[in-house]
Amino acid sequence: MADAVEVHGLTKTYGTLTAVGGIDFTVPEGKVFAFLGPNGAGKTTTVEILEGLRRRTGGDVRVLGLDPWEDGRELHAKVGVIPQEFRFFEKIHPVEAIEYYAALFGTRVDAHALLRRVELEDKARARFETLSGGQKQKLGLALSLANDPTICFLDEPTTGLDPQARRAIWQVIRDLRSEGRTVFLTTHYLEEAQILADQVAIIDHGRIIARGTPDEIIAQHGRPPRLRVQASPGMAPYLREALGVTATVAHNYVEIPLPTKHEALRILGALEASGVPWEGFATVTDTLEDVFVQLVGHMDDGVLKSEVAR
Amino acid sequence: MRPRRISADLKVFGRNYLRNGVGLFFSLIFPVILIGLFGLIFSSGGTTTVTLYTQNYDHASNVSVELLAALNATGAVHVQLVDPSQNLSSWLGENGHPVGLVIPSGLAAAYLAHRPFAVTLYTNPTDQASSGIAAAAVNGVLTQFNLNASHGSVILFATPANVGSPLFTEIDYLVPGLIGFSILTSPMFAMVDISSTYRKEGLFRQLSLTPLTKGEWLTSKILWYILLTVISAGLMIGVGVLYFGAHLTLSVDMLPFLVLGPFFFVSLGMLAGSVARTPESAAVIGNIITFPMMFLSGTFFPVSMFPPGLQAFARILPLYYVIDGLNQVMLFHNLTAAAIDLAIILAASVVVFILAIVAFKWRES
Ligand SMILES: Nc1ncnc2c1ncn2[C@@H]1O[C@H](COP(=O)(O)OP(=O)(O)OP(=O)(O)O)[C@@H](O)[C@H]1O
Ligand SMILES: [Mg+2]
Repeated sequence: MADAVEVHGLTKTYGTLTAVGGIDFTVPEGKVFAFLGPNGAGKTTTVEILEGLRRRTGGDVRVLGLDPWEDGRELHAKVGVIPQEFRFFEKIHPVEAIEYYAALFGTRVDAHALLRRVELEDKARARFETLSGGQKQKLGLALSLANDPTICFLDEPTTGLDPQARRAIWQVIRDLRSEGRTVFLTTHYLEEAQILADQVAIIDHGRIIARGTPDEIIAQHGRPPRLRVQASPGMAPYLREALGVTATVAHNYVEIPLPTKHEALRILGALEASGVPWEGFATVTDTLEDVFVQLVGHMDDGVLKSEVAR
Repeated sequence: MRPRRISADLKVFGRNYLRNGVGLFFSLIFPVILIGLFGLIFSSGGTTTVTLYTQNYDHASNVSVELLAALNATGAVHVQLVDPSQNLSSWLGENGHPVGLVIPSGLAAAYLAHRPFAVTLYTNPTDQASSGIAAAAVNGVLTQFNLNASHGSVILFATPANVGSPLFTEIDYLVPGLIGFSILTSPMFAMVDISSTYRKEGLFRQLSLTPLTKGEWLTSKILWYILLTVISAGLMIGVGVLYFGAHLTLSVDMLPFLVLGPFFFVSLGMLAGSVARTPESAAVIGNIITFPMMFLSGTFFPVSMFPPGLQAFARILPLYYVIDGLNQVMLFHNLTAAAIDLAIILAASVVVFILAIVAFKWRES
């Protein structure tokens, strides 16, 4: 399958600051691609270069085979965009905004149906300035669909949304995918990326530090599955002694690596034999969030790492 | 340029504008308030009594003296005698007086003999108010005299005549001047503001993602301000003529100025806002351009009243040509002069429009 987005050696500098320091990735057509990274990592910079809103300093970028900066006008007919902070004319109603976009693009759009889709029907006739942050974001999403785009760039579309609204947006993103559109998503919610994304890239300090499907990233960068036992800290040295495993203490848990599930029987036996009181147990695997925090925490020798350690 | 996109943008911009109120006040209401203020100032000098400049060549007779006393007694006119050696028509014209009366010698003799006899009433057709008052007073008094002498048959009557040249009062100049004022200020201030707030709020980038072009966007702003200008000019002319008796000719020849004026100043405002790096410097650049023009282009006073140095300066101000053109069309009926003004504004508008489109950026690199 062809790639909707191809990025090779992309760099962007603002004066002396390197916001994006030579990144490569591709986004396959018809897939959801999630671009993750901490604040200031270079996500918006990258997305805006792909949208043709910013000029790159170096490298090569193709979106639907076009150079976004040079062929912006041609590209924009096929692209839907929500900027990170979506703003619109203050006194204009959502319905009017959608009709405006439809007229500009020369497309036929049922404004009310579109607003229903993003759960903004009840504000169809409210002035933009009176919408809440999340409602503005929803209008941004509705507008980005007004031209029936082939690819959507959504820069933090769910930031600031309540859980129910976030799920509504997720559904829209799933629908977009099933309609065969490509979605390029940036988000701070790793759960969201794990649920929605076919492909993930994690960027930090302008460099991509992990790429692949969520499972691949977890498999590659995450810790192996562990058996988590609620027990007093004295359990850890006992298990190390008895089984020769690297049992670790976290909060009031003891965690023991669980390379295969057969190990569990042996471990449970040791627990019983220990004489140390213990209660529930569970097997745990890393989530994308665990991997993210670990990866980004390792990169940053500052705040994040110490937070992870606690 | 796609009309569909221009009209879509015009609709959204217009709605946003109308719902804002503030812009509407400055575009439509404020100029009318200015007309009201200046109109009151200019008209407070004169009372409703019209001065009737009179030459009495029959001064020896009682009848003529009684006639003038009766005219004064109406309260509508005040008789002011003028040296009989002057040609009254040209004297009135030179001195800017709208009405005058000539009583030829032989009035008393004709009146007593019940022979028809004509006096001459000079009026200025462009000053309907004064002329009407004077004509009513003179005809009324003559009719009364005729009734007294002969129970109604016409003896004395007035033949109308026009004064030497048309006369214009401050209010006449004020209306075209203030139309120019609003053609300048309302688009200039708005566009300087728009250019910086749209940039700050990312609205230009937002629009750059649509097929709307910069030219279409600017055209829609121009069309909006043309619409506002035509309405506000209509309001100003209405108030000026109906309320303050300004002598203005309404003709379609005004329209090119009401179209090109906003065309020029919307473009200039956008250019000024775009060359500035920050909203603050945009405002400063806008003011530097706007304020001299606001006072020195013939807005509040005719440029002909300025000292020669300032007159020369006024001629480099684009607004001068808008206001001069409006004066030529509305007051002097000099279409040749108006056409020259128009050509100058058209050329300047095209240049500034293109510069504005080149200067302002949808997206920054
Ligand atoms: N216009 C600009 N001029 C100078 N520096 C900029 C500009 N835009 C972004 N930067 C810098 O580039 C870096 C990357 O910014 P970017 O907006 O791409 O981050 P991000 O990953 O989107 O962050 P967030 O999650 O907070 O939105 C940051 O250090 C930021 O300060
Ligand atoms: Mg961002």
